[in-house]
Amino acid sequence: MAKAVRILVAKPGLDGHDRGAKYIARALKDAGYEVIYTGIRQTPESIVVTAIQEDVDFVGLSLLSGAHNELFPKVVELLREKDASDIIVFGGGVIPTEDIPFLKEKGIEAVFTQGTPIKEITDFIEKRLEK
Amino acid sequence: MDLVDKVQSGSIRGIARTISLIENNSPQKEDIIDELYPHTGNAMVWGITGPPGAGKSTLVDCLVKRERKQGRRVAVIAIDPSSPYSGGAILGDRVRMQKHSTDEGVYIRSMASRGHLGGLSVATGDAVKILDAAGYETIIIETIGVGQTEVEIIELCDIVLLVLVPGMGDEIQAMKAGVMEVGDIFVINKKDRDGADRLKTEVEYVLGIKNALTGEKPNPVLLASSKLDEGIDELVEAIHDYLKKAQATGRFEEKRRVRIEKEVHKIFSSKVHELLNIHLDIENNLGEWISSILNGETAPYKLIKSKLNRFVKENEII
Repeated sequence: MAKAVRILVAKPGLDGHDRGAKYIARALKDAGYEVIYTGIRQTPESIVVTAIQEDVDFVGLSLLSGAHNELFPKVVELLREKDASDIIVFGGGVIPTEDIPFLKEKGIEAVFTQGTPIKEITDFIEKRLEK
Repeated sequence: MDLVDKVQSGSIRGIARTISLIENNSPQKEDIIDELYPHTGNAMVWGITGPPGAGKSTLVDCLVKRERKQGRRVAVIAIDPSSPYSGGAILGDRVRMQKHSTDEGVYIRSMASRGHLGGLSVATGDAVKILDAAGYETIIIETIGVGQTEVEIIELCDIVLLVLVPGMGDEIQAMKAGVMEVGDIFVINKKDRDGADRLKTEVEYVLGIKNALTGEKPNPVLLASSKLDEGIDELVEAIHDYLKKAQATGRFEEKRRVRIEKEVHKIFSSKVHELLNIHLDIENNLGEWISSILNGETAPYKLIKSKLNRFVKENEII
């Protein structure tokens, strides 16, 4: 059996708007990936432990509350601390364009804002898997 | 440090990686499992099964909480179905268990069924061994939501909890063969709902008929609400009680014997299959075989028999 690609779709922060995360989770399932979904209001700590226990290849973070500049980099940082920096982090949600360079600098490899076609996300995943 | 050492030292990354290797059927799989095998057999394995939406994951969450209170290290394997179309899966059982995510005494792993039909995934049995060797004392397996025939869980567990909810049919459903036969303990979940008491009576009635035939003691049927965390202490007590009694009566050892027997059968079949696949070069010959059946030269049984006979003769096996 070929290696299955595993992706954790997680919602850090306090907002409960999970439609986007659920939409992405479903779309990634339809693209043939195994998606672990953990529900709303996850701490960066629990996201990182989950990613490691589940041995995922990617973590996709969804956030609409505006706390992305704190919470997204925190996840990357904790993954590094736990010797799991090989897990690729991407993000999405309501993210102002001007914040994206900062997030990328902090190790979030891609940021997908509202209206992104799913193909862009699966292309990113496939490209990143080739590396 | 190699993976086997990492598993035994309890490294979460090591355990997680090793389970992935098994799931992906890596060539290292057999050596890893054999190396870990002498360190298995210490964990108690609980199976939780029942129809979709019966509240299995929420119940597992409650059970984990109780086992942790007793100071036991707990691992959970939660299986959800893979899509028959894309092969992808949504593994969502963790949603109900996330409050344990940062407890170092709890390991939770979601697995996709990857086309396997018995309610588990092919790798579940080996994943249990990895977690057992890693020192988890209680291992809980949650099956995919089952219908009437997914009973493979009995092959892996020391005890099986069948979770039922009101509103799924009359006692004739409960009398049928299949899933209804595999419960060691029956849990009527969502007991706050209408019909829970009636369902309990019906299940007890059906079990009464079964026990009148076998002469065995009736299986416990317990009302619970995992959402409200009610009836769980009684359930956990019943589980430990059952396990203790099973150990005293020898039923426990017998179950484990049967488990090994089934496993040996399974490995034997798959190895023979693999071996013959290579020797008969099925991949390259299959097209020709199909054509010979299609154009009436031979029939399916006849064809396979002749191929096998030739294989046996050529290799002077008999």
